[in-house]
Amino acid sequence: MGGYAFYVWGSFGVAAVALAIEPLLLRKRQHDVIDSLRRERSADQQQGKTV
Amino acid sequence: MNNKIIHWFKFGSPQSFYPLAGKMLPWFVALAVILGIAGLWLGLFVAPTDATQGEGYRIIFIHVAASWMSMFLYAVMAFWAGIGLALNTRLSSMMASAIAPTGALMAFLSLWTGALWGKPMWGTWWVWDARLTSELILLFLYLGFIALQAAIDEPRRADKAGAILALVGVVNVPIIAFSVKWWNTLHQGASISMTKAPSMAVTMLWGMLLMALCLWMYSIAMTLMRVRAIILERERHSDWVKHAVE
Repeated sequence: MGGYAFYVWGSFGVAAVALAIEPLLLRKRQHDVIDSLRRERSADQQQGKTV
Repeated sequence: MNNKIIHWFKFGSPQSFYPLAGKMLPWFVALAVILGIAGLWLGLFVAPTDATQGEGYRIIFIHVAASWMSMFLYAVMAFWAGIGLALNTRLSSMMASAIAPTGALMAFLSLWTGALWGKPMWGTWWVWDARLTSELILLFLYLGFIALQAAIDEPRRADKAGAILALVGVVNVPIIAFSVKWWNTLHQGASISMTKAPSMAVTMLWGMLLMALCLWMYSIAMTLMRVRAIILERERHSDWVKHAVE
């Protein structure tokens, strides 16, 4: 990279990491909300049985 | 004929947009990946070395694309926030909230790559010139919008407060765009002009355009992912969400 390697890869590297992390965080957020909705649902059903 | 009309407004409800967003998502991810590979290949392997900036100029392939997206996403965010405020449509406000973090990321990448370009080319990471300062303000507007919404517990009130901030801040977008014309800035003028013939090699131009399209498709994909999570979080007590997770 003609002496510019640090600057070029510093740019593309940070961009690549950031663009890879964002979808992973979003997938986790989606899974978390679905998990909590499922737990809520099964808790409701449990309560329905005992009452 | 009449029964073939698509009822577009139907998709204005979170309930019908949620599955539609899920169907569109893989297409935008695929487009982003394909455009990204093509853009990086052109930008890093095909485009010639710049006469004055050597290989260091290759930073612009990510810098210009991220900068364009940071401004464009702000305008789109303000548009949806404004629609949400004016028409009281929940999904519009959710779209605005879903765009903000991706916009902030683009503004950050614009500043980060700009600093890494500025150090070898100008000899400094940062100067308080009009272009750089107004882009920094854009990042703070995004962060302010996110923080303001996070600080208000009631979602509809958070939507309204955020919308005011987003709409007031939109004045900053043309300031960034024209800053290199209106003031003497260390930052160079526009890379691409609508009125003049391109002054750069065709492969450089295509590399830049493909990277911009890649980040555009990426931003749509991330917005769709985030708006789906926001819809479930906010509508969690409605019957359709309870049935959707069965």
